[in-house]
Amino acid sequence: MKHAKEKWELFSHKADMGIRGFGSSFEKAFEQGGLALMGVLMDPAQVTLQTSIRISCSAPTMDMLFYDWINELIYEMARQHLVFGQYHVKINEVQGGDLVLEGEALGETIDVEKHQLAVEIKGATFTELKAEKNELGTCIVQCVVDV
Amino acid sequence: MDINRIKQVSETEWMAHPHGTMRVPGVIFADEVLIREMDDKVYEQMVNVATLPGIVKASYVMPDGHWGYGFPIGGVAAFDPNEGGIISGGGVGFDISCGVRCLLSQQTRDDVEKVKEALAHQLSRSIPAGMGRGGRLTFSLSELDEMLMGGAKWAIAQGYGEQADLMRIEEHGCMNGAQPYEVSDKAKKRQQDEMGTLGSGNHYLEVQEVTEIYQDKIADAFGLSLGQIVICIHCGSRGLGHQIGTEFLRDMALKAEEYKIKLPDRELACAPINSPLGQRYLGAMRAGINCALANRQIITHLLREVWDLTFPEKSSLNLLYDVSHNTCKVEDYLVDGKLKELYIHRKGATRAFGPGHPSLPPLLQKTGQPVFIGGSMGTVSYVLAGMKGAEARSFNSSCHGAGRALSRHQALRQWQGKQLIKDLEDQGILIRSPSYRGVAEEAPLAYKDVTAVVNVSEKAGLSTKIAKLVPLICIKG
Repeated sequence: MKHAKEKWELFSHKADMGIRGFGSSFEKAFEQGGLALMGVLMDPAQVTLQTSIRISCSAPTMDMLFYDWINELIYEMARQHLVFGQYHVKINEVQGGDLVLEGEALGETIDVEKHQLAVEIKGATFTELKAEKNELGTCIVQCVVDV
Repeated sequence: MDINRIKQVSETEWMAHPHGTMRVPGVIFADEVLIREMDDKVYEQMVNVATLPGIVKASYVMPDGHWGYGFPIGGVAAFDPNEGGIISGGGVGFDISCGVRCLLSQQTRDDVEKVKEALAHQLSRSIPAGMGRGGRLTFSLSELDEMLMGGAKWAIAQGYGEQADLMRIEEHGCMNGAQPYEVSDKAKKRQQDEMGTLGSGNHYLEVQEVTEIYQDKIADAFGLSLGQIVICIHCGSRGLGHQIGTEFLRDMALKAEEYKIKLPDRELACAPINSPLGQRYLGAMRAGINCALANRQIITHLLREVWDLTFPEKSSLNLLYDVSHNTCKVEDYLVDGKLKELYIHRKGATRAFGPGHPSLPPLLQKTGQPVFIGGSMGTVSYVLAGMKGAEARSFNSSCHGAGRALSRHQALRQWQGKQLIKDLEDQGILIRSPSYRGVAEEAPLAYKDVTAVVNVSEKAGLSTKIAKLVPLICIKG
């Protein structure tokens, strides 16, 4: 069941679009952030979960890991012409302090007529890039994506 | 922008004197209307760029300046490698070598009006645009390596275009110093089926009519005449350029401390030109430039195929010129009486060499370099020419477009794609796009007034107006 803390939203930005994910853990927030990424293009609830791909990345900090996660998703969307509707994320800290993400993205091949995608996303950026826990214990991840 | 933060130097020039950690002044080319419309963030970003090591003379902002990642869009900055100068991915932009090329047809508006629907349909079928549309062509990784070395020259050798095109492309169609091995496999894989595609956002192919000529002699030398149909293509290095930008931004941000560079904003991530990382980025970025040149060359070929079918008796489409507006290039300038080799970052700014510049082909020696300023779906575009004196004013740089006035969110709230397409059709402009939402986000009124930008560029002596172009068909991503 979806936790009450889990949600995603887009935030306005001068030329591009901001994506934000909320979760009871950073893992859940990353999953919601992935849905927000899709929200820039279309309603992620309309994506049929037909195919699944594995994604892994690592970074020295949580915000940089979110930057990498979003960029990996953008890469797979561009490379394999996919849209995603669901994610599963696991984050572990390895020796030396790096954070390692192992994830799964579920979705389908882009159907131009059906999906009516708004724009093509070029990449995640450092603008408004944050990964933090608020006073209520909710994890929030966000950044602006270049479109 | 709060004009109390800057000093007006002339009708079209404003200056922020060096303060804090600024190494040079900031200079904005604008009139009072444009400067008041500019975001305060433009000021902050211009000041931030002025703090970077090795910057020469000033941190410049063109009249279409607006917020960008790290550097403002419309930002121009020169760096001296012998003074610790840097190279910055954020100073080039994610879409490496995004630019415009303009092709001259033998048709008039009447010729196009007769076949307009069919032509728009055929162009939208032949030239893929928008997200999820791979191109008609697929290349192996080794073929892509050759493309990254050869640019438009490579494309022409593959049969996409004519030898004569090369004289009408910056760097004669091939950027020297490209190092394909500095481009990751990921970047190459992202590009394998994207050659010959427009992409989305503000990228387009437009069929336009020349509706006004401002300078007969130069227009004539450019091959432009009143009532003539021209085609402008605006796009860049597609997925490959974006991937290079993303990867190097990350590397440069993580290495900044090691290079002892204090970044006021992480998006300003950069590396000394004379450092292994700086050299790697240069090699990859130059390969990205070649990708953009090859991409626009292949799109030109696809366009010519459509023109051949549509106008079999008069099908020639000669290239007027191809200019990029997201680059870093090495150019020589006199600084305090000394000739220096500088690394000129132009992000959303067009190189505009004046008459007599040695880089221009013989045919353009007298006129100066053609500069193309794109409008936005339904608004006019302009052809300008480089001016003498811009060398000292702006390192031979001019504006590149209008710049957004409203965010994508605001545009979506204000317009509906379907209605917008109908309204534009009523005005005689056919839009062909795979996405209604994309069209709404790119609504003409979401952008600033391109005419005001161009007029200030001319008044400031950055480039001079030659012709006005009005759109008839727009293929949009």
